[in-house]
Amino acid sequence: MKIRISDDAVALACGADALADAFAAAGAEVERVSSWGMHWLEPLVDVNGMGYGAVSVDQVAAIIAGTATSFGRIEEHPFIARQTRLTFVRAGKTRPTSLDDYYANEGWCGLAKAREIGAEATIAAVLESGLRGRGGAGFPAGTKWKTVAGAAADQKYIVCNADEGDSATFADRMVMEGDPFMLIEGMAIAGFAVGASKGFAYIRSEYPHAIAKMETAIKLCAHLVAPFEIEVRVGAGAYVCGEETSLLNSLEGKRGEVRAKPPLPALEGLFGEPTVVNNVLTLAAVPWILTHGGQAYAAFGMGRSKGNMPVQLAGNVKHGGLFEIAFGITLGELVNDIGGGTESGRPVRCVQVGGPLGAYIPPALFDLPFDYEAFSTADALIGHGGITVFDNTVDMAQMARFAMEFCAIESCGKCTPCRLGSTRGMETLDQIIAGRNVEVNLALIADLSETMKFGSLCALGGFTPYPVMSAIKYFPEDFVVRERS
Amino acid sequence: MSSIAAILAEHDGREGPLLPILHDLQKAFGHISEDAMREIASALNLTRAEVYGVVSFYHDFRKEAETRPVIKLCRAEACKARGVEALMPVALAQNSVKVEAVYCLGLCAVGPAAMIGDTVYARLDAERLTALMAST
Repeated sequence: MKIRISDDAVALACGADALADAFAAAGAEVERVSSWGMHWLEPLVDVNGMGYGAVSVDQVAAIIAGTATSFGRIEEHPFIARQTRLTFVRAGKTRPTSLDDYYANEGWCGLAKAREIGAEATIAAVLESGLRGRGGAGFPAGTKWKTVAGAAADQKYIVCNADEGDSATFADRMVMEGDPFMLIEGMAIAGFAVGASKGFAYIRSEYPHAIAKMETAIKLCAHLVAPFEIEVRVGAGAYVCGEETSLLNSLEGKRGEVRAKPPLPALEGLFGEPTVVNNVLTLAAVPWILTHGGQAYAAFGMGRSKGNMPVQLAGNVKHGGLFEIAFGITLGELVNDIGGGTESGRPVRCVQVGGPLGAYIPPALFDLPFDYEAFSTADALIGHGGITVFDNTVDMAQMARFAMEFCAIESCGKCTPCRLGSTRGMETLDQIIAGRNVEVNLALIADLSETMKFGSLCALGGFTPYPVMSAIKYFPEDFVVRERS
Repeated sequence: MSSIAAILAEHDGREGPLLPILHDLQKAFGHISEDAMREIASALNLTRAEVYGVVSFYHDFRKEAETRPVIKLCRAEACKARGVEALMPVALAQNSVKVEAVYCLGLCAVGPAAMIGDTVYARLDAERLTALMAST
């Protein structure tokens, strides 16, 4: 009897190792695979395609005996069946560091295609796909590649931004822990396209399992991506290093302070050389695009938001996990239909989309389509595609304060609006929470937010006003003098 | 245990070696000492101020060793939405364990989440957290 159990961090944190050991001790053959992304069902046990959810060790005997109740065929579960998986097509199905499994499932086809059609046509395919940076900025990947390809230099670099620090995001982690060869292939294609011989994957230190998988995978496939070389570099707990220029400083061994732009990293990036800095999901989308063509990818999505977004449902949500879908699906569908509302069973009060710098959005705006431009028009951002669901016990004044506190903790200190503004903002919100001079202090927060938004060098200080001002705008009742328990 | 000089030698010739060196030193000694900073500065042709600036910038690096076991408890938004703040009194009740806030472990649909060393824990409630801290 063959049992498949994920070995990604969510499964491990939910007890997958002890479960795998128990199955092995009972005589079953255990295969450790990537995660399907149905996190509320982890540890999930796959027996010939039939799924058992949130399995504990005391259920092992019943599953082996065939007397346990399965939730059905995993692929037919509505959470999976409703997705269009391009980047996560292998999720749950392959062993993360098995070259055989990767080969057998379209692995290395993208790189082979790129080498066949040449660098120029490779960039053309990425341009045609409409792929935009999945880290949050949404900049067209092909345009960035074209700039780096056109820059004259002896040394160029590919830098994979795997500093996934936004709360509610874990898609990068799932790629690295579940399908590392896909990311490596994407980096190798980028290197081939722009003429870079060296790549760095900058992975945050909070992801030890991703670091281990990537290092193993890089060694196993070095001969396949040569002459391109990849090195893993580990971050050191600074959120701001997810910003591309501070990431470059960090890679160079400096304080992770933001650089002023221009010069663009595409022209003067790592060690002053032309550098492609792309998010994990951006690079991971590339092998599919090369294999199936840019046009096939562009057929998904809406408007200028082409292709798929791996949406991450998190926080107080009943069905949390990874949901990959074409752009255009509404927020309400994601939160209520797919996510199933809150896990606590209480009403949804709001969601935060795009991590700690994203706006808080009330259910009244849940018809908003998942699209870069639509979100931008609503003073919100998609960011890295994370959605945190809150029930009606949340105190939005505390969440607004936390946004300022987080900015103060993580500010690199380079520019004044972010460095000082975050601390003053936190103090002013403390005054508001204490009920002192509420109106005057709210006006101060609005003014401070304007200064931070337009005066900060990067998105940390510049976008912190989004959660703060959206909380005040949509939940004003939390910012008036009131009895606090 | 590797010496500071041995760790420096391992990274000789590497592009941008400072962070990897600091990670290795912290792993070997539990912190980055004044002496280590001096040796790094000399080996990499940096000023001590530059090395100190880097060590003090990143949350991961300690200038003094922590003798207690460290539990990193996620206090970011997704774990807040799942009730981590209500666990803080429990977390802070035990002096034998150092509790540090971490902002996201990527376990955002199964929080509250924590990490001890490289081992991750999810779905913590007061009972599980108390047991975890007692066994650490």
